[in-house]
Amino acid sequence: MKIEIHNGRLIDPAHGIDRRTSLYVAAGKVASIDEPPAGWHPNRVIDASKLVVCPGLIDASARLREPGFEYKATLESEMQAAIAGGVTSLACPPDTDPPLDEPGLVEMLKHRARSLNQAHVYPIGALTVGLKSETITEMGELSEAGCIAFSHADAPLADTQILLRALQYAATFGYRVWLRPQDAHLAHGGVAHDGEVATRLGLPAIPSCAETIALDTIFELVRATGVRVHLARLSTYEGVERVRAAKRAGLPVTCDVAAHHVHLCDIDIGWFNAHCRLVPPLRGTRDRTALRQGLADGTIDLICSDHTPVDEDGKQLPFAEAEPGATGLELLLPLTLKWAQEERLALPIAIARITSDPARVLGLAAGQLAPGADADVCVFDPEARWTVDPASLRSQGKNTPFLGLELSGKVRHTLVGGQIVYEA
Amino acid sequence: MRNPQLGPGGELQHLLTLEGLPPEVIGRILDTAVPFVSIAERDVKKVPLLRGKTVFNLFFENSTRTRTTFEIAAKRLSADVINLNIGVSSTTKGETLLDTIDNLVAMNADMFVVRHSQSGAPHLIAQHLSTTGRGGIHVINAGDGRHGHPTQGLLDLFTIRHYKQEFHALTVAIVGDVLHSRVARSLIQGLTTLGTPEVRVVGPQTLLPTAVERMGVRVFHDMRAGLAGCDVVVMLRLQSERMKGALLPSAGEYFKHYGLTAEKLRLAKPDAIVMHPGPMNRGVEIDSAVADGKHSVILPQVTFGIAVRMAVMSILAGSQVPA
Repeated sequence: MKIEIHNGRLIDPAHGIDRRTSLYVAAGKVASIDEPPAGWHPNRVIDASKLVVCPGLIDASARLREPGFEYKATLESEMQAAIAGGVTSLACPPDTDPPLDEPGLVEMLKHRARSLNQAHVYPIGALTVGLKSETITEMGELSEAGCIAFSHADAPLADTQILLRALQYAATFGYRVWLRPQDAHLAHGGVAHDGEVATRLGLPAIPSCAETIALDTIFELVRATGVRVHLARLSTYEGVERVRAAKRAGLPVTCDVAAHHVHLCDIDIGWFNAHCRLVPPLRGTRDRTALRQGLADGTIDLICSDHTPVDEDGKQLPFAEAEPGATGLELLLPLTLKWAQEERLALPIAIARITSDPARVLGLAAGQLAPGADADVCVFDPEARWTVDPASLRSQGKNTPFLGLELSGKVRHTLVGGQIVYEA
Repeated sequence: MRNPQLGPGGELQHLLTLEGLPPEVIGRILDTAVPFVSIAERDVKKVPLLRGKTVFNLFFENSTRTRTTFEIAAKRLSADVINLNIGVSSTTKGETLLDTIDNLVAMNADMFVVRHSQSGAPHLIAQHLSTTGRGGIHVINAGDGRHGHPTQGLLDLFTIRHYKQEFHALTVAIVGDVLHSRVARSLIQGLTTLGTPEVRVVGPQTLLPTAVERMGVRVFHDMRAGLAGCDVVVMLRLQSERMKGALLPSAGEYFKHYGLTAEKLRLAKPDAIVMHPGPMNRGVEIDSAVADGKHSVILPQVTFGIAVRMAVMSILAGSQVPA
């Protein structure tokens, strides 16, 4: 299958490319850009003259809900959502049921994903068995089975000794560890940011220091062990400041933010909107500003969807009892574009945060379009406007605080391994 | 954002919170309650304003006193009243909150009085009724989590107005566990809406919520300073379980710092009134001599509470003029 993506605005941040040109795809790879390969006879020409052509998106956190939560979503439904959102690679956290703590589960997930022949799935293994923070997992076996990193997802890891041991063990073999910085004791029972909104609504709160204390602990343990740590879902102003200082001091840390935290704050909870029940909680406007700036200046390496499909029953509960999370695979691109537009940033910076930057953090060769690279491509119309509503989402989860919002940016074609897997 | 308890024309559809309620609406409820107080003093204590209506008292959390006052209020308005202690029936069998509501709607409920341990539960019920086309059924919040207890707030406002007439020159101190108190939140919102110039909260840092000053109150940790020159002192109930979670060391030490005694009350104005939402812990937050003393209006609060709840129910049902 030879595909010519003709005359689009090609943006490949990994190679500093942003120009109007054509991309030639053959045998599953990028064959060339600018000039067609010798004797070029395409099977298909995509007219991209009004479109942007970029590497397929890499979502650093998407819950596919398998195994264990198939009533909330299935691999089939969520892979459809991924490619509809232009996402061609995604990392999934280990908080499935059972958690991804043994190689058989990881192999099964990879096998199921491969057989669907859509986006590439990169499991993140559990750091401790059952995410119970008692025993460390067989990281070597899990790594061989396909885990690209180890994490504790949103499960509490209060015991610092266990954390130190897990980081020491991971450092021994050079594994990457992903941690969501949150002090388990300070966060206990909390469902909203400790501020004016939680006070007004009478919601149990999580203070900002739950994040900063955890960050300080993690930084000390990184210094002690040399492990490479990725900090997942930063949420506070103070947290961004701490990560900025740690990076300046040369610590081997990276970090991310979820797309909803870039756009929303605790005020959006309104009158107990359960769609705003998120982990970590939406924080104040000052925090949101810091996250947006941190993302712009590179303190925050990437933006992820933190895709978490929840069935309707899980959200039809009083705020504190509602299941946390939001669907997001199909919103990652438009929400990233919206951030860049509002911050007056060039399009390639936005694209970098969802392609080349996550590729670097995840250690993937994807996220770029050099000749010879796997042809994972996203072709989108940056001007097309659409309204987020349940019918417009392919994900089984319709739970998003952005329902009713009009967004710019619609995926027209998604290619995985040189095959067109999605068109609209 | 539209206040979810007001209809398209600004009329009261539900009573979920005092936050964002226009002062005229609060004033109308208080005015409507006045004649209901005298009805209670008649031989025949009933008026037919809610005749033929069915009021469901849905108590997902136990409360004898609040449930009883709502029951009396509804019965004096001639409504049929059904009491359901749901904490010990459906939900323990796995039925969801909204399933329970749907079932009761099928029994032709006209009004739900809801008490729930979770903040926002009455909002969820009101929203569910409106999205399922049954917006004609009214919801009254009888206390949700730490969030609100609007009829308690209204009866507190009624009591203050009864003894002090106006709000525009008052200093009101609310003392104790503000963090966990829905009563405090509703009262603060009501007082600030009606233009009370100084609302104080008094308590240790562990019992005051973050950024509480953003609700329009002055924060005091020293009770003597907090009571100085007050017209109204509102004591909050201290739940005994607060002693367990490192919020407070002991009831004795709490009483020493934040218990209301006759000696501390002398710092307030000579004609200050003392209020308490009940049930009281004598010797924990309030000394018996004060609870039973000449400044105390704690029992009139209970009487007014029935009149205020009658006013709320009759306004929601669209027939507020007493016979």
